[in-house]
Order: sequence, then structure tokens, then C-alpha cells
Amino acid sequence: MGFMAVIGFAVARLRNLFAVVMLTGLFSLTAAVLYVILDAVDVAFTEAAVGAGISTVLMLGTLALTSSEERVEKSGGSKWALVLVVVTGCVLVYGTLDMPPFGDPTAAIHHHVAPYYLEKSGQEIGLPNVVTSVLASYRGYDTLGEVFVIFTAAIGVLLIIGRPQFGRRRSHRMLVGELHESMRTNVILRVGSKLLIPVILLFALYVQWHGDFGPGGGFQAGVIFASGFILYALIFDIDTARTMIPARTTRLFLVFGVLLYAGVGVAGLVLGGNFLDYSVLAADPVSGQHLGILLIEFGVGSTVAAAMISIFFTFARQEH
Amino acid sequence: MDIALEILSWGLLFVGSAFLVIGGIGVVRLPDVFTRMHGAGIIDTMGVGGVMSGLMIQAGFTIVTIKLALIIGFILYTSPTATHALARAALHGGVRPRGDETPEDESGQGNSSSKT
Amino acid sequence: MMAAVALAVLVTMALAVFRSIKGPTVYDRILAVNAFGTLTVVLISVYGFLSERPEFLDLALVYALINFIGTIAVSKYVEFSHMGRPTGGDELGDI
Repeated sequence: MGFMAVIGFAVARLRNLFAVVMLTGLFSLTAAVLYVILDAVDVAFTEAAVGAGISTVLMLGTLALTSSEERVEKSGGSKWALVLVVVTGCVLVYGTLDMPPFGDPTAAIHHHVAPYYLEKSGQEIGLPNVVTSVLASYRGYDTLGEVFVIFTAAIGVLLIIGRPQFGRRRSHRMLVGELHESMRTNVILRVGSKLLIPVILLFALYVQWHGDFGPGGGFQAGVIFASGFILYALIFDIDTARTMIPARTTRLFLVFGVLLYAGVGVAGLVLGGNFLDYSVLAADPVSGQHLGILLIEFGVGSTVAAAMISIFFTFARQEH
Repeated sequence: MDIALEILSWGLLFVGSAFLVIGGIGVVRLPDVFTRMHGAGIIDTMGVGGVMSGLMIQAGFTIVTIKLALIIGFILYTSPTATHALARAALHGGVRPRGDETPEDESGQGNSSSKT
Repeated sequence: MMAAVALAVLVTMALAVFRSIKGPTVYDRILAVNAFGTLTVVLISVYGFLSERPEFLDLALVYALINFIGTIAVSKYVEFSHMGRPTGGDELGDI
């Protein structure tokens, strides 16, 4: 945790925004390690994939659109603000002193719903990974909300930045000068990526379906899947990558994931249970749960992957 | 036989960790960005290879070993590629390697133009 | 004994962080972050061994992957100061 403090301090003080972006990547990385030590593997997984990878890439995209030095505001530098922050911090720390020690079995949080989930998940759902069963089934409604949030974020980015660029019709064939500008002429990177990207996509599928048994699941798999395409777009140029996965396809998958998830919920309604009740989806409740979780995780993965890909492409298409 | 494997595994772990620290010291102490890439390369190859191989031997012959082997293979594959991309970027960005000056223009000219 | 390995990794991480804050050029910082990422992979694997939970290896593999893509992205950004400039314009944006 000392690392995080040092890095956080440096992030706030350095003014070169590029260095700051790098350091936030480091920060996410140490956060992921911290989660691992706290035994929260799924969280660490998502933090590593999203915080240290995709966030860095997207922040760089933002940097490409703005300047690279932070403007120094010559404000008064009120002393009272500092005092207030320090006092609030101390009060918060004092508040946490009262909390039960980490992992204490008599803590309040371990008494109501948590033991129920832990005990009943085995027989009601039958998946080894309790995190997935809690996320996808017991708290499925929350997860539906999360998927909607990702969907809305992607739509927001598309609406604000993805406006059509009129008057920029150049010929499709890149001029020689521009060809050198891309990484496409670099043989090592080209061949290396071509070999690597299928492996990445395959690994994303593995994480997606394996989420029932080990760490993983829809969110992480979506991010990994998107990063395969992002790698392709980085090495070859954007237009080639766009022909690989046209805007219509990403929009389709973006919407498809959310619809699938909500559709499973409605199917639960139609078949006689509650909204998002998977037990009624199949012959017996446990396989109903399995089927439901499988479908919604796929919906989550689809929307997350499409959202990341569209956001990246939207950022990258901007002219400076 | 077990004792030999144990000793081998701890030996690999020890050597791997030593190379990790050596590489780290290299990244800090070497004079130029290109030379520091060598330090990082040591971390990525000998360090990771040593430590992971030691872990592999300790794991026996299970799926864990295969995953560890995959990690080693992956890092050995991607680390030089990434370093190559970085070195190209550095060269195009104008960083000149340290040994590049001829004796004549050491009088007053700047050596490495660095872009922050 | 395994704790000693973890300690060695932590020491190296500290060295990498030092270089990433100090490094005069941007390439030093990129290099340091890349090395830090690889060290994280090693740390997670060692920790997985220490706590007898081999599921962490999936996490390590993902991290190795993301580290690579991140470094390439940053190198490309620094070299060309853009992340991909479109040359064809017929497609009406991304909407």
C-alpha cells in the first residue's frame, strides 16, 4: 500500500499529463495486486484488465485530443481547504477504527445475506464460483443495471464525439508518406500481432465460459475480447480495422447484449416466475439457473466488448 | 529423486529472483534509455523464466504447470516485441544513444535530445 | 523461502517505480511501466503459489496480455501522436 501512496502523490503533483497517465496505469496495477492479497480474485481480474489496460489506452486517446501539459491555475491556494481536507480525512480514518477487523466472523456484514448466499449457492445454483452466482443470479438485477450503465456510457461517447466528419473525403488508398506513418510497415509488429490476436480472442472466450468455475465471467471476457481488436487497430491502421469490424456490427452487439439480458429476465416473467428468475427456464431449477447465468454472462460479455471497441474507435478517429 | 527436484526448483527460484533484482538495478542505474531496455529485458527473460520454471517444478505435472508454461511463453513472445516498438518510438522521437557522439562535437553540443 | 522470492519481486518493483517517476524521457517511463507489469505477473503467480490457489494464474495471463497491449498503445501514441488517423471518410462517423 505504500506503493499506492507514493504513486498517488506523484500523480497529483506531476504536471506532464502523459507521465500522469502512465502512473495511473501503475496505480491500477498496485490496486489489482492489493485485491489479490485480499483474496478477491474476480475483482483483481477486472481491475487488471480494465484499470491498467483499457483505461490507459482510452486516456491516451483523450490526451491526443487535448494538450499534454496541465495548465497551472494560479489560484489563491486557500489554506482552509487543506485544513478541511485533512480534518475530514482524519475523521474518516477515526471512523474506520471502529469497524470490525478484516474477516471477523461476528461483523454485521457477515450475518444477514452473506451466509445465506454462501450456504445456499451450492444447492440452489451449483456453480463452484460463488462470485459468479451472486453476481449473476442472486444480485442479477444489479448486474443488469451495470450492463445498462456500460451501454449508456458507450452511447454517450458516440453521441458526443462520434459525429460525422463531413468534408473529409480523401481517397481510400493511403499515400506512401502516410503508409510510413502507421505501424503497418513494421514487420515484427505485424507478424507478431497476427499470431497473437487469435490467441487473445480464444482466451477471451475461455474466460467467458470458465467464469462459472474460476475467476472470470462476462465483464472480464468482454474487455479481453475488445483488447484483441484494439491491438489489431493499433498495429494496422484504423480504417483496416474498421473494415474488420464495421460500426454496424459493434452497434448490433452493443444492443444485443442488453436485450439478451433483459430478455432472459422477461422470459422468467413469461414462464411464471419473477423477473430474472432463472429457475423456471428449464426442467429443473438448477439447470435453469445454469442456463440463465450462461445466457446473461454472454449478454454482458457482448455489450462490454462492443462498448469498449466503439469507445476506442470513436476516440481514435478524431483528428487533432 | 524428489530431493534433486526440490533443490533444482529452489535453485531456479533463487537464480530467477537474483536476476530480477539485477535487472531492476540495471533499470535504475544504467545511463541511457536504450541501455535501460537491456535491464528490463533481463527482468523479462531470465527473471521471469527462472522464477516461473522454479514454480513449475514445484507444481508437478498438472494444469498449473501448463498455465505457467503458457505465461512464460507469452512473456518471452511479447516482451521483445514491445521493447522493439518502444525502441523504434524512441529513435523516431529523437533520442540518440549515448555512444553516438563523435569526439569532435563533444565540445559544446548537446548529446541526447530527449522529449519529455 | 517463497516469501524471499516475493520480497525480491517487491524490491524490483520499487526500483521500477523509481525509474517511472524519475525517468527524464517519456520512454524511460514506458519502459518502467512495462517492467512493472511483468513484475506484477510474477508477483501474482508467486502469491498464488503461496496461498495454494492456482486460479490466480488466469489473472497473471490476462495481465501479461494487457501489459503488452498497453505498451504498444503508448509507443504508438508517442511515436505518431495519434492513435489511428482515418483516411477514408465515407462512413458517417460512428453513429
